[in-house]
Amino acid sequence: MIFLKLIVTNLLRHRIRSLISIAGIAFSVAAMLTIVTVLQGAVAMFSGILSSDSQIIVFERNVSDLFFSSVPSEAVQTISSWPIVEHADPVLFGIVSSSDHPIITCFGITDGDARLRKASWIQGDRSQFGKDTSGVVLGERAAEFMSTTLGNTVQIGHGSFRVVGIIKTANGFEDGGVFMPLSSAQSFFHKEGSSSVITIKLHSKEDVPKLKASVRRSFPNLVALEDEEFTRSYSQFKILKATAWAVGGCGLLLGGLGVANTMIMSVFTRIREIAILRVNGFSNSQIATMIFGESALVSVLGAVVGLVIGMVFLFALKLIPALHGYVDTSVQPLVLVIVIVLALMTGVAGALYPAMYAMRIRAVEALRFE
Amino acid sequence: MIAANPPATQRVVLLAEDVWKSYDDGAITVLRGVNFTGFEGETVALCGPSGCGKSTLLHLLGGLDEPDRGRISVNGKELSRHSSPLRLLRHEIGFVFQLHNLIPDLTLEENCLIPTVAAGLDHKSAKARLRELTDRTGLSHRLGSKIQKLSGGERQRTALCRALMNKPHILLADEPTGSLDEATRATVFDLLLEIVANEGVTLVMATHDRELAGRCARLIEMHDGRIREPL
Repeated sequence: MIFLKLIVTNLLRHRIRSLISIAGIAFSVAAMLTIVTVLQGAVAMFSGILSSDSQIIVFERNVSDLFFSSVPSEAVQTISSWPIVEHADPVLFGIVSSSDHPIITCFGITDGDARLRKASWIQGDRSQFGKDTSGVVLGERAAEFMSTTLGNTVQIGHGSFRVVGIIKTANGFEDGGVFMPLSSAQSFFHKEGSSSVITIKLHSKEDVPKLKASVRRSFPNLVALEDEEFTRSYSQFKILKATAWAVGGCGLLLGGLGVANTMIMSVFTRIREIAILRVNGFSNSQIATMIFGESALVSVLGAVVGLVIGMVFLFALKLIPALHGYVDTSVQPLVLVIVIVLALMTGVAGALYPAMYAMRIRAVEALRFE
Repeated sequence: MIAANPPATQRVVLLAEDVWKSYDDGAITVLRGVNFTGFEGETVALCGPSGCGKSTLLHLLGGLDEPDRGRISVNGKELSRHSSPLRLLRHEIGFVFQLHNLIPDLTLEENCLIPTVAAGLDHKSAKARLRELTDRTGLSHRLGSKIQKLSGGERQRTALCRALMNKPHILLADEPTGSLDEATRATVFDLLLEIVANEGVTLVMATHDRELAGRCARLIEMHDGRIREPL
């Protein structure tokens, strides 16, 4: 109890200094939580596009970005004919721009694609898709920012298209995207006879290894991965996640330096007090525990405040109409745990030097100058 | 006035043999071959001018510092060979300084409990000991008071309680009444003698005050880092 009192008392003794340290950790934690959650949400959304009513994704081997993947139409026909396959949907990804929006994701799909089947149709209906090669379906947000409605003609990139439907999906990328008939997209993006990926659903999940082997054997230039496998191994996702953690880590490092500064000041201004504890029998480990306890308390308080700030910030992001559907604000428990552990580790690391300094204080020297 | 008891036994509890100590890489020699013997239960006053080495000798006897040469033994164990000088500070020796050296943000009770935390004494026993000592020193009504709220005499009595919390056999006091006014000085010193007598503690006290020193069983004169012949 006295031990805890010593820790708390010292933090309260220099309230402003302690508050600044707590704020440093808090903003670092908030930044890390926000960046990681937003990017993980983006990754999850992109994965969601690929795994829409499918278990396996087939794409060109060794491409770093799916936008550059090229899967021949023959592969779609062959794979669709395999008895273990329930359906195989080719998807062609493209990036186009409109006058107001430099980047609009374009999906070249067939009329039986799960994205259209599962979407809520706000205007038009699925039967109109594919009837006309210049007919496109817009996501709700895309229709919003293009200020268009059913039956209008919209300028997308170098082409003009007629809006045959507007759909609402839970996925931000899809909601802000344009859905074209596959043949139109192939022509538009000069990728005749190919798609970016094939998304496949099997009759039985147990046939996954069999399908992978068949793809490997029949199309050595293609690779088949289960959705989770793809999310784990896709290099773009890895880069995004690594960037998020690195940026967040830098924030925490700065917070850690703040804690280190506070703890150093705390020890320097308490040399006499530490000497008194030594004369009263405090061991090196007890002195160190006290210093680490202070930094741990700062870190825990900072982490808690940071989590609250981060959650509020994520909630606020979700309310911004322009980001609707793009930001998945559901924080994964694992991310929470990692952020808290990192904050604690940062705090403890920040207390290393101060603790070592405190352990070296010689009572007799500190007390000599009364 | 309380008179000091003579040593209860002739058992040696503190021994300094040819102890030398210098600072600043030998530029300032503080102790020059000091020999000192402290017996169980006796009260010893170390007198002498400032800088004669009284405090340094106390620090060496208490294991707070190490001699350059010579040997210090506590209860028959040589300090340089002692596996953990901490054990001394926790169980065998208590320190009282001229300035009370209490932690101002803690209460009287919390300050006194610090040595028990260091020694790992259970809270119940620690509280019982605290009650016993504060009853004796007249501080039991001030347990929850912050140090800033205590008078000089109360602070020094608190320091005395803290030093005795773990029932040490030896109490080393460095000018324990040096910062007090005359009336308070006498009261605190009476209390100090009474408690060490009751608890059978060996007291070694550095002081300038000849009157107080005269009330100890033995007075040792120090001068220029040496002990003069006992008076």
